[in-house]
Amino acid sequence: MKVKLMKNPIENLNKVFDSRIRLGIMSALMVNTSINFNDLKELINVTDGNLASHIKALEESNYIKVQKGFIGRKTNTTYSATKAGEKAFKSHLDALEQMIKNMG
Amino acid sequence: MDDSKKLSRDLRDIKQMMERSSRFISLSGLSGISAGICALIGVFFARDAIEKNRSAVSDLGKSFSDTDTILHGDFFNSTLIRIAALTFLGALASAFLFTYRRSQRTNTPIWGYTAKRLLINVAIPIVAGGIFLLALINNKVFGFVAPGCLIFYGLGILNASNYTLSETRYLAYGEILLGVINLFFPVQGLYFWAAGFGVLHILYGIFMWWKYERN
Repeated sequence: MKVKLMKNPIENLNKVFDSRIRLGIMSALMVNTSINFNDLKELINVTDGNLASHIKALEESNYIKVQKGFIGRKTNTTYSATKAGEKAFKSHLDALEQMIKNMG
Repeated sequence: MDDSKKLSRDLRDIKQMMERSSRFISLSGLSGISAGICALIGVFFARDAIEKNRSAVSDLGKSFSDTDTILHGDFFNSTLIRIAALTFLGALASAFLFTYRRSQRTNTPIWGYTAKRLLINVAIPIVAGGIFLLALINNKVFGFVAPGCLIFYGLGILNASNYTLSETRYLAYGEILLGVINLFFPVQGLYFWAAGFGVLHILYGIFMWWKYERN
């Protein structure tokens, strides 16, 4: 495995993370237990629709989980990374680093 | 190589997002410097007021009933409290101004998720400390008010250091240490305040400005 990773790290890059917005969502969720929709929107600086579609993609890959709650009467939806998501993101980071090393 | 550039940028973006989303990073070193200067100006006027009222200050408890002193009547209306309030407002306003300017420059919202979390965490030890100090004043234990301010302020910053630039914890250690030493020299409170709220803030501010904002 190690040898393979050194030779062709591009195989270890995760297609799901092939988007700056998804990378942003995952990065934020790696260092925070949970973040709600509006805070994520503000952090990543994207439109509602755009954020929602990327969240959906990550959710379908089981990389993030959604908790629906209420603050008073308003819905408050928060997101957090799943164990699988954390693992996938970490290997993606490792692959990125490995590729840069190999190129440099 | 184009690919390598893209990858490096990806990694940098990830690192930046992790920082931005977990810490309030707009805190400016200039805020520390300006708050420190306000503190020193406040101390200068307070010292003057105290020097002119030596007898009153030497026995604060008795002074409240003495019509001739600066502390007569309502404690919260006395000259010293007025100086303190002005100093605090000046420090707060100028600190806010520089941090606001920095947030504009780094293009991060000043009032966001990280700012809220920072404020809550700084507020818990400080509000508890404030109530404790009011109780001290209420019981006329004035000597421990100054060290108490320094210690609780230090604890507040220490708690906040997890939610903003982590170097703030050195400022916190300094404030707590000064407060603890001050416990053994309760009459010198004003000078410990000058050191803690003035000099330490200025040193910390210069360090942070040098490290993050010089360019």
